[in-house]
Amino acid sequence: MTKQPHVDASPKVNDEMHQTTCYMCACRCGINVHLRDGKVRYIEGNRDHPVNQGVLCAKGSAGIMQHYSPARLQSPLRRVGPRGSGQFEAISWDEALTEVASDLAKIRADDPRKLAFFTGRDQSQALTGWWATQFGTPNFAAHGGFCSVNMAAGGIYTLGGAFWEFGSADWERTECFVLFGVAEDHDSNPIKMGLGRLKQRGVKVISVNPVQTGYAAVSDDWYGITPGMDGLFILSVIRELMLAGKIDIEYLTRYTNVPWLVIQNEGAANHGLFWRNDKGETQIIDRKTGQAVPSHTPNVVPDLGKEIALPDGGKAVPVFQLMAEAYLKDDYAPEAVADRTGIDAARIRQFAATLAEAAFEKEVVIDQPWTDWKGTRHDKMIGRPVSMHAMRGISAHSNGFQTCRALHVLQLLLGSVEVPGGFRFKPPYPKPAEIHPKPAGRLDQVAPNTPLKGAPLGYVMGPEDLIIDDKGQPLRIDKAYSWDAPLSAHGLMHMVISNAAAGDPYPVDVLFMYMANMAWNSSMNTSGMIDMLTAKKDDGSYQIPKIIYSDAYASEMVDYADIILPDTTYLERHDCISLLDRPICEPDAVADAIRWPVCPPDRDVRGFQSVLLDLGARLGLPGMTNDDGTAKFKDYGDYIVNHERKSGIGPLAGFRGASGDKAGRGDSNPDQLDAYIENGGFWSHELPEEARFFKHANVAYQEFAVEMGFYDSPQPYDFQIYSEVLQKFKLAAEGHGDQQPPDHMREQLKTCFTPLPSWYAPFEGEAVSEDDYPIFALTQRPMAMYHSWGSQNAWLRQIHGYNPLFISTELAKKHDLQEGDWAKLTSHHGTITVPVCVMAGVNKDTVWTWNAIGKKKGAWRLSEDAPESNKGFLLNHLIHELLPPKGDGLRWSNSDPITGQAAWYDLKVQMEKTDPPADLASQPQFNKPQDLPNMPTPDGTVRYGNEWTNATRNKS
Amino acid sequence: MTSLPEPQAIKLGLVIDLDICVGCHACVVNCKEWNTSGYGAPLADENAYGADPSGSWLNRVHSYEVTSEESDISRTVHFPKSCLHCEDAPCVTVCPTGASYKRAEDGIVLVNEDWCIGCGLCAWSCPYGAREMDPAEQVMKKCTLCVDRIYNENLPEEDRQPACVRTCPTNARHFGDLGDPNSEVSLLVAARGGMDLMPEQQTKPVNQYLPPRARPQPEDTASLVAMAEAAEPKGFWKWVDSTLDKISGGA
Repeated sequence: MTKQPHVDASPKVNDEMHQTTCYMCACRCGINVHLRDGKVRYIEGNRDHPVNQGVLCAKGSAGIMQHYSPARLQSPLRRVGPRGSGQFEAISWDEALTEVASDLAKIRADDPRKLAFFTGRDQSQALTGWWATQFGTPNFAAHGGFCSVNMAAGGIYTLGGAFWEFGSADWERTECFVLFGVAEDHDSNPIKMGLGRLKQRGVKVISVNPVQTGYAAVSDDWYGITPGMDGLFILSVIRELMLAGKIDIEYLTRYTNVPWLVIQNEGAANHGLFWRNDKGETQIIDRKTGQAVPSHTPNVVPDLGKEIALPDGGKAVPVFQLMAEAYLKDDYAPEAVADRTGIDAARIRQFAATLAEAAFEKEVVIDQPWTDWKGTRHDKMIGRPVSMHAMRGISAHSNGFQTCRALHVLQLLLGSVEVPGGFRFKPPYPKPAEIHPKPAGRLDQVAPNTPLKGAPLGYVMGPEDLIIDDKGQPLRIDKAYSWDAPLSAHGLMHMVISNAAAGDPYPVDVLFMYMANMAWNSSMNTSGMIDMLTAKKDDGSYQIPKIIYSDAYASEMVDYADIILPDTTYLERHDCISLLDRPICEPDAVADAIRWPVCPPDRDVRGFQSVLLDLGARLGLPGMTNDDGTAKFKDYGDYIVNHERKSGIGPLAGFRGASGDKAGRGDSNPDQLDAYIENGGFWSHELPEEARFFKHANVAYQEFAVEMGFYDSPQPYDFQIYSEVLQKFKLAAEGHGDQQPPDHMREQLKTCFTPLPSWYAPFEGEAVSEDDYPIFALTQRPMAMYHSWGSQNAWLRQIHGYNPLFISTELAKKHDLQEGDWAKLTSHHGTITVPVCVMAGVNKDTVWTWNAIGKKKGAWRLSEDAPESNKGFLLNHLIHELLPPKGDGLRWSNSDPITGQAAWYDLKVQMEKTDPPADLASQPQFNKPQDLPNMPTPDGTVRYGNEWTNATRNKS
Repeated sequence: MTSLPEPQAIKLGLVIDLDICVGCHACVVNCKEWNTSGYGAPLADENAYGADPSGSWLNRVHSYEVTSEESDISRTVHFPKSCLHCEDAPCVTVCPTGASYKRAEDGIVLVNEDWCIGCGLCAWSCPYGAREMDPAEQVMKKCTLCVDRIYNENLPEEDRQPACVRTCPTNARHFGDLGDPNSEVSLLVAARGGMDLMPEQQTKPVNQYLPPRARPQPEDTASLVAMAEAAEPKGFWKWVDSTLDKISGGA
């Protein structure tokens, strides 16, 4: 044998290693960025980071290709050809900012509402929302309304917190984990890590999803539910659990509003409201005395089956009685829902039994005494170890809000929220809906050259909080917080462009957007959206007069803007992952983090947040300007350190105070960013042992939360199974109260705003004929790709380069389709022609594809023949933002009537086999715009790392 | 022809848990990221932004849908595949130049790229398809078990493991000495019925796969009907009342 060659087993790894935060998706993992010769050598997970504990996903590992992408914008641009043509000229930052500031100053002096400022996958909403407030426009939101607001709002109004990344299964203790719908993007790595832990412990994982892919693939049991029927399924499970005596009565009476008394006075203005004493306290029946007492009275066991006659007429009954009336009905019997849900009755009972078995036979007990807010000392923490997670899968339907609420009620019936083994909140949640700010934007809250009197987004508690005028008409450009979408906590980004183009409720002068690919995958009705962005008035000017856009990359949206403000990559910027925004806490620890420029930008680009602060200073916005008119903040990094939302509370909670030893509250610390960098880019502070469960009711947690600055006094509360907020809207629809909906909306409000979670059929399915459109169509999220971003990534696009339409074996047989065939998919709104792939693990009436793989020709610096824009496609072309006409002369919104969540999973289609298109390209196709100026030519062959490997090769 | 070393005590390799792998491709991309600047030539990508982009990768995940005649429920299996560092590695013995070799000290199969003529015989002989010709350099690329990480004194000790193992979010990948029956990886293989991939090929792969666990069957789960029957006393409201009585008694 020849002598073995020498291998250098200890080559140099880096010159330096910097720790910052990933931005390849919304997960915000800690990363170690290894640099050599000033270039990125390797990115790995930060072992100490609370989110990812060292691991890193495919997206995060492909960060190098994103950071050096040829699609990075190079300098500010001004449009010189028609919108969509791609004709731009490079301009200086001074020119760009002077022009933008001048446009915005005019609007602010005239009517600040004429600025619509919407951000997409923005991780700096604490700043962008505050900026909108200072500017004075209520027309601000990020893309949550398009994404998964039902899950967020359903959670806040019911539990005081949501899934998203705001809570977590108790992975170490849970005995059964249920995943509803597609959830591969929020919360990315923590859920993968959690699934790994469950599998190692042999814990059962159940998936309820029309498609058996993603995490559903490793589940022990898969329920291939029909889309939009989750609520029906859950309510059937609730019925079965109640009848089997498998609900946790003690938990329900202690921690939820199940015993609260509800007025039953049919037809009266107070029907369905909580009965309150003259101090405004809600009431329960003391089981010992039979008398009503305030619901927070200590040491009272309430009655659940009695009623009390009211002095003013009618009676009051506990919420639990209403639940029994609502849910024990035969309508929800498994046999009654089996057909619609696509799940056999026996399987529904099996599902319920599995939950019941884990909850009631595998009780988890932690020897940790604690005190609840009603004064009872408990010597142990007792939990029912069932945990759940869901995201857009159940929420992106017109019945999504009620479905999300139904899921939370199921969790509560099992006694499994904020308990050992159950679903746990991450600070600063839980926090009841009523202590969140209410939205501002009514006419008396908007004035020229004046900040908005409050934040544009918040939580309404009744019709009196709506943002409408005295005729009941919407006052926001997206019609959020109007009768169209009363609880639209995240705004309705998907309606902004169509409303602005139609001048309904009013035209805007400037549409200012950040990281929002509205001309492509972040809109329903993509082709229509492109038409609206380019629509002109009779005088030849654009319907939307000016569009300002900031993005780091040459996304589809860039071509439709007038001024482009190029952003940096995530390795070139400051950011804060703030408790004021979307925190990265863990159930046992408060945490936040930063990004900082670990590589200096090599182009004429600036971090958008710094640009926003610069614009704010140019406009003289209070909070961003010193008394002498100079800019208050040098850049975003300066703001992160020195801005205070209120005294002692800033964007970062760690290392506060002059010497950096304060947590939560404390003065600004000039060395705060250095302290974060020194600490690995993040800060984490553990909760006291006694504060870790039952946080909503736990005195130790409430005190800790006040200490941290989450609120200024303890805010304990009961979970809201019965929603009085919804009942108030229902009463308004029935004619009670000063704020009255338009007559044509009354029936819908009465049907949908039920105070106890209910199920109604998704709107699109009801509006089209079952014979014409018998098939459900939806998207799933690939784990290795984040929305549009990944398409420019030389590595990730080799994993997901195009998307076929996956169809069930039943549908394949019916339509004589095989892998490689092409099909025409038609909705009430449009037709697409796409390649087909057959699979068994999908609901028999459902077709699906990967989300956002399809690209517009020429976007993201891909070549014209790239598979993404040829074979790839979007389902979005089939989805209209409005429902088909009902014949009432009105067009109803294709969204949840409660929150305005875009109902893109309600899509119904017909399918037809077709000949392959001549050029084997999916339809529709769009012309390639001109290349943007000064963009680098993408390398045909990428040999990343060549300079370093060259040095070590050829030595043997 | 190149000869294999005498069988040695140390057999470094991977144990891959097919029950846990969610098919996220983290291992695939992190491997590419580490190794493109690591051992040997970079892992090139052709047509990186054009039609049919294709590059060399040392590790890929293939996903299969498995259907069976016994059940109408299908199952998706994600199958990460990289070199298995076989004891009887046909890719070594077939190599005409000696470029492809198996290390005596730890069993890692490597390609000495200086000697590789890019003839591709080794890839032909590998029954697993675990070798890829680099499109730019025209040398054979394959998993090195991160030979430049696992002994690397410039890395903290805890990081001296293959990049795919360190990054795997679900902890489906394990690295260790499969020659030592008491190593953690060997114990895992014993406990979980770890198996050779395609044993009929007689390559004696060092890497082991842990099969998906059997799924619980419907009859294994508790019966809700039985639970309802066991609930005492009969009748929903009677049951609620008696439950409240118990709570009152305890309060």
